[in-house]
Amino acid sequence: MVKNKIKFLLNNRLVEIANLDPNTTVLQYLREEQFKTGTKEGCASGDCGACTVVLAELDPENPAQLTYKSINSCITFIGSIHGKQLITVEDLKEGAKLHHAQQTMVDNHASQCGFCTPGFVMSSFALHKQNNKPNRAEVLEALAGNLCRCTGYRSIIEAAITSSEGVAEDSFAKHYQQTVASLNELQKLPTPSLVGNGNNFIAPTNIDELATELTNEPTSKLVAGGTDLALSVTQNLAVIDKLIYVGNVAELTTLTETDSDIIIGAALPYSEFIDTLHHYYPDLGEMIERIGSKQVRNTGTLGGNVGNASPIGDMPPALIALGATMTLHLDGQERTILVEDFFIDYKKTVIQPSEFIKSIQIPKPKAGQTLKLYKISKRIDDDISAVLAAFFIEQETEQDGQKITKVRLAFGGMAGIPKRGLAAESALLGKDFTKESVAQAKKALATDFQPMSDVRASDKYRMTVAQNLIEKCYLELQSTKTRKVIETRVVNHA
Amino acid sequence: MRSLIDVKKASSNTDKSVVKGQDNIGLGGVGRSKKHDSADKHVAGEAIYVDDRPALRGELHAYVGQSTMAHANILSMDLSAVKAAEGVVAVITVEDVPGHTDIGPVFPGDPVLAIGKVEFIGQPLFAVAATSYDLARKAARLAKVEYEELEAVLTVKDALAKQNFVRPPFSMKRGDSDTAIATAAHQLSGEIVVGGQEHMYLEGQVSTAEPTEDGGMNIYTSSQHPSEVQKLVAEVLDIPLNKVLVDMRRMGGGFGGKETQAAPWACIAALLANVTKRPVKFKLARLDDMVMTGKRHPFENNYTVGFDQQGQIKGINIEVNGNCGYSPDLSDAIVDRAMFHSDNAYFLDQATITGNRCKLNTVSHTAYRGFGGPQGMMTIEMIMDDIARHLGKDPLDIRKINLYGKDERNETHYHQTVEHNNLSEIISSLEQSSDYQARRKAITEYNTNSSILKKGIALTPVKFGISFTVQHLNQAGALVHIYTDGTIHLSHGGSEMGQGLNIKVAQIVAEEFQVDVDTVAISAARTDKVPNSSPTAASSGTDLNGKAAEAAAKTIKQRLIDFACEKYQVEAAQVKFENNHVIVGEQSFSFAEFSQIAYMGRVSLSSTGFYKTPKIHFDRATGQGRPFFYFATGAAVSEVIIDTLTGEYKTVRTDILQDVGSSINPAIDIGQIEGAFVQGMGWLTTEELVWNEQGRLLSNNPATYKIPAINDAPEDFRVALVPNAPNGERTIYNSKAVGEPPFMLGMSVWSALKDAIASVNDYKTSPTLDTPATPERVLFAVEAIKRAAK
Repeated sequence: MVKNKIKFLLNNRLVEIANLDPNTTVLQYLREEQFKTGTKEGCASGDCGACTVVLAELDPENPAQLTYKSINSCITFIGSIHGKQLITVEDLKEGAKLHHAQQTMVDNHASQCGFCTPGFVMSSFALHKQNNKPNRAEVLEALAGNLCRCTGYRSIIEAAITSSEGVAEDSFAKHYQQTVASLNELQKLPTPSLVGNGNNFIAPTNIDELATELTNEPTSKLVAGGTDLALSVTQNLAVIDKLIYVGNVAELTTLTETDSDIIIGAALPYSEFIDTLHHYYPDLGEMIERIGSKQVRNTGTLGGNVGNASPIGDMPPALIALGATMTLHLDGQERTILVEDFFIDYKKTVIQPSEFIKSIQIPKPKAGQTLKLYKISKRIDDDISAVLAAFFIEQETEQDGQKITKVRLAFGGMAGIPKRGLAAESALLGKDFTKESVAQAKKALATDFQPMSDVRASDKYRMTVAQNLIEKCYLELQSTKTRKVIETRVVNHA
Repeated sequence: MRSLIDVKKASSNTDKSVVKGQDNIGLGGVGRSKKHDSADKHVAGEAIYVDDRPALRGELHAYVGQSTMAHANILSMDLSAVKAAEGVVAVITVEDVPGHTDIGPVFPGDPVLAIGKVEFIGQPLFAVAATSYDLARKAARLAKVEYEELEAVLTVKDALAKQNFVRPPFSMKRGDSDTAIATAAHQLSGEIVVGGQEHMYLEGQVSTAEPTEDGGMNIYTSSQHPSEVQKLVAEVLDIPLNKVLVDMRRMGGGFGGKETQAAPWACIAALLANVTKRPVKFKLARLDDMVMTGKRHPFENNYTVGFDQQGQIKGINIEVNGNCGYSPDLSDAIVDRAMFHSDNAYFLDQATITGNRCKLNTVSHTAYRGFGGPQGMMTIEMIMDDIARHLGKDPLDIRKINLYGKDERNETHYHQTVEHNNLSEIISSLEQSSDYQARRKAITEYNTNSSILKKGIALTPVKFGISFTVQHLNQAGALVHIYTDGTIHLSHGGSEMGQGLNIKVAQIVAEEFQVDVDTVAISAARTDKVPNSSPTAASSGTDLNGKAAEAAAKTIKQRLIDFACEKYQVEAAQVKFENNHVIVGEQSFSFAEFSQIAYMGRVSLSSTGFYKTPKIHFDRATGQGRPFFYFATGAAVSEVIIDTLTGEYKTVRTDILQDVGSSINPAIDIGQIEGAFVQGMGWLTTEELVWNEQGRLLSNNPATYKIPAINDAPEDFRVALVPNAPNGERTIYNSKAVGEPPFMLGMSVWSALKDAIASVNDYKTSPTLDTPATPERVLFAVEAIKRAAK
């Protein structure tokens, strides 16, 4: 049986695709198949936002409602938009009338060369659809993944901060019920798949289907957000012959809480769980806001970040410090391991052929426990860390003497895998958190790691800053305790 | 979730009365904040860039194979796998070039495809045309190339030691600097490494070549210099210039990166189109664009200065060493401009400025906003800070005391008198409006009480010379038509890259006829409409093309006046252009009506216009002259906060006061100032070019090369134009150029970072802070200062 069909709404038009190479990105599809050139290619690597389009999806909690998400179309495979509404910059204008998100850009003189402009318009449009009175911080968060080389951003910020009056009456609002109905219809279709140019794509909808696919075709590549995998196609010209999209797998896209844990489905995008994590671990929520960009967080997933096993992924050190566990699934069998034990060597993990990550479990904080996170990069937003430091510390109560009873100091960017500094930990464990023990821990860290020099930072900077972050953590905890505030962060968080 | 420390109010404060709304009411247009002529199309995705053009029938896609060695002889090139690859229609090497094989823009040195050897990693070796973009890219990777590796020069120090230069060294002298330094009360010396910069125009390099019926070529390109593309395409094809037409509607950013660097891809597309007799598009993928096209020159400069007790400079020697990459390209003029701007805003007294043009085995560095000026200014701004710390003074006081005077102390080291100098007024106005002194005090106090975070503030001025220093480039042409319905068509030699050149020139034409600016249609720059144009560069676009368009409009206007006088028997003074109408004595005609009448009266309604910049001359042999028609000036105050444990920082507030003369379009000018400042700040902070020991660029994509993102712009950003300040020279409506000058205001951020670092040792030591001042460099500068304190 050759299944070969995906369906989605291109603005209001139902589109059915078959016989298209599933390595095709949404951007290529728009420009080359639909001749819609309003969406621009700036980098084809998800770093500039010029190709931003918006996906409207049914809210899984409430299928009568739509959520609007900005995404980078240059690194999104066409198959993954099955069942969604794809909105591009050309769709915003109604007749000759510009959409509010467009008109405010014009009024504020917010375009110069105009090449990044459609991307900004779409990010701003998505923001206003979700939030009708965004404040400055929300605007910056929504637009941090869109680079502009001309304006210096002030005019763009003012355009996007402008209240959303008018959005409520736009064409998308007018067609809302119809869109919801159409998308609900699409959910009833059989498992979407695509075959083209000898390459295969399938998007299973439940975990058994996924396990079977992967057992039958162990060389398949799993794709969730594709924010990393797609680069192999657009940058290295790779051809992926078997692609399995996990973003539709119900069991992998849930967020649940128990008394003790937060359980995050491996294929759930960051934007779906950031608020929950922020609630329990403010530093973590704020750090995630600096992972990639809004577009990346709308598609990128925790399972992808961990499974990718990059030494510079930002979540693994945080998860290791928190003592998080992960559940792996292989053909109906499940096992749960510490995230820390997942990584073996550079880009090597314990995962077996046909095995996949189902979920990640993060323990909720208990009294006396603190998580401090520091992301060190050249640029504040949308940059890969030179060093990511995640410090989990449990201390006795004041009456009991405040000794450190548990400590996990985990780092990214310091070794071939995300890793704990065990010598530095033992310099602190069972001791008071003091200047002296901090000095010992800093010294010990030099025996834990021999970081490398690369395009992001020198070995010396990595080590120096990692050591200094232990000191900063100490100062911040002191500051909390004594309530004598020492300002330690240029940007709050990290 | 995120919030910033110590920023009470999160809003920008640019003068809204100037910028808000388009002020499209009223006629003519000069002095009004008209929106960019393409603004509505930009936001709707309707603006067409080269890659958005509908594919031509049979269109092929080009790509090139690249050198993997920094310096090597090519022993053999096996292209059989390339030729056999799916979709490939043609493969060419330099052997297949019918005409010139060297496309160096000024001096030879840039082979269109490698000739027997390679001189940088990424150099094009051969070119392929295939049926799709992907297939062309894939095929280009299949060549087998054998090299004989040669010794590569990969550092400026090495190039200096070997005297490996792309062009000969050159000095500018005024007086006897050695004696003046030796006899001054104080002496200091130092050196600084100034990093280069990737243009990162959002639209990458792209050209389409379409063969014509008479053996010629139509080129659609994203280029700042269509006439040069025309010339080079004609030369590589060995056909006359009149058979090549270059059409340039708009660029998705240029910044100098498409002045010479757009031509190679147009030439290669044309060569392949010529071979296949099919249209060929060549679009560089971002990573290849970053590897294969030139960047801002990195520089390594050093100085020795002598100054008096007050900190006033008495004598100075500065050596600027530009890393030019493997070929001359524009480096002669770029290093010249670094030398011209080694004074920035200051009277150097007895000065010797030497410039070396170092040849390295990297991509050939090229024009970039400021054209060497920024790299030259960095040394003198470093010196200002160094003198201040040495004498225990506020750097602002040292800057003020060294400014050029009005009637004395006003001659540059290249013997041009600085006229109409308003920098002391700009600085004192900005000092007050930015509350510099109170904030300086508050910052010092904050730093005393804050152990980890430190703040810094700095005010830096900019004086930037306006004109191409290559004299013949200071000319422009325009072509204006009035049609019988009264609508106007405007062509000029400048190219639109986002800077708002087209709307400004349209405003000038509309002003002449006193009609709505919407009456004036602007289309692509085309070499068959306005020939022999100069690059749109050196901030000169409006100055040159505005004047040329004005001249064309004036010619037609005079014809209309003469016609009206004759036909209606009135005096010239009785013919007026007002409010979309032509008033002739007692009669009033709509502009459309009168155009029709003039047409019926057989009046030519089309004219060219021409302009050349007056007064300028420079004798390179003596290093003396007046290279610049005038100077553009401005100043900025920036405040930063740094983290002394990590080196992270944030620009908290920036205030700018820029002299744009009488602004033709304040909103456009403010946009230029803001954008230039942020780009300049990026150059000096997060934008780091990293080459490895083999000469391979590692920061070769936007994941590893970080231009400012939206959060990096100053949290509090206040830009103002100097009011009532017509240019003292007779420029177009007495305006001043604005494209490049504010770029260098980014230096205020760098100087503020140094101020914050200096606070760690109570401002006793002047930190060395090479650029880009990444968090890493800031942290190490802090650590060096801490060590100095001990």
